[in-house]
Amino acid sequence: MDPYALKTLNAERRARRAAILVTDLGDGRDRTVREGDQVAGDLGAAIAKAFRSGSSGSVEAEGRTFFLNAYLPQPRLLVIGAVHISQALAPMAKIAGFPVEIVDPRTAFATADRFPDVALHAEWPEDVLKRQPLDSYTALAAVTHDPKIDDFALKAALDANCFYVGALGSRKTHAKRVERLLALGATADQIARIHAPIGLDIGAASPAEIAVAVLAQAIQAFRSRGLEASASAQSSESILEKHDA
Amino acid sequence: MENSIYLDEARDPLIIAEGWMKDGKDVAIATVVETWGSAPRPVGSHLVIDAEGNFHGSVSGGCVEGAVVTEAIDVIDSGKAKMLEFGVADETAWQVGLSCGGRIKVYVERLG
Repeated sequence: MDPYALKTLNAERRARRAAILVTDLGDGRDRTVREGDQVAGDLGAAIAKAFRSGSSGSVEAEGRTFFLNAYLPQPRLLVIGAVHISQALAPMAKIAGFPVEIVDPRTAFATADRFPDVALHAEWPEDVLKRQPLDSYTALAAVTHDPKIDDFALKAALDANCFYVGALGSRKTHAKRVERLLALGATADQIARIHAPIGLDIGAASPAEIAVAVLAQAIQAFRSRGLEASASAQSSESILEKHDA
Repeated sequence: MENSIYLDEARDPLIIAEGWMKDGKDVAIATVVETWGSAPRPVGSHLVIDAEGNFHGSVSGGCVEGAVVTEAIDVIDSGKAKMLEFGVADETAWQVGLSCGGRIKVYVERLG
């Protein structure tokens, strides 16, 4: 392995960015490809696929055999709101492989008693995100439906290109939210990335069922990264409006 | 959620390999490139080895690591990469096979 390829690869991994080590199994030459780097032809198509799936494997291209080793950062979930839905969402997301953190400045909600074994921040999102910036391998679910708490985090998630941005609230609530986010400088394209009403349409009724819908939607968003156009058309049909208190 | 919180640097084979390289050690990197049937470690898994036979990571559940380390020391000496195959159908399997019945292919190369 080329020492430079290893250094580049580790630097990308430390920075929570995706990278693929491409090794020509014929002559042993290798290089690190960053997400977004342009690679032409069949090899480029295989690399794009490996970035989405995170699966490693061999591929035949240009008459040679290449091994693609995909290194994707651990996806994680940041939940704004230490509410009933979050109590179910946190353990479910953890089982599905997403480390979870919960942020809610309301100390009556954000208690260790209500959230055992969860990284909990009883602080404003502004303060937490300053310390721990969002990135494109983070999913953000805003479920307080309090603009004072949700709005800043939603705007930050759009700016950081989080792979999933979901916001609890009815279409009516969301329409008002859209106006506020536009006033904060969000673009129409960014607004279109918000999943609201939140969650896949599985007819979820209880807080735990809504948690399932949110987690499923986050997984769908993760596994269809780079296929935004088709994926958002499918997943925008969610109807959890009745949960807007 | 600091940048490397989710990268367990003390146990990460590629981070360790880079550290060894900086310390001036000769290093080999072994990677699972193909699996058939039941295999304990997925494609892409690494075992890193230094010239003294110290190693970190895994390419199986401990079944073939010993053999890979021996081959890796050869690779460090020669500089020539090797493709190793382990499985129950393989002759070497009688010595260092996979008890799970799967087969794996491991690519071993020198760093630098």
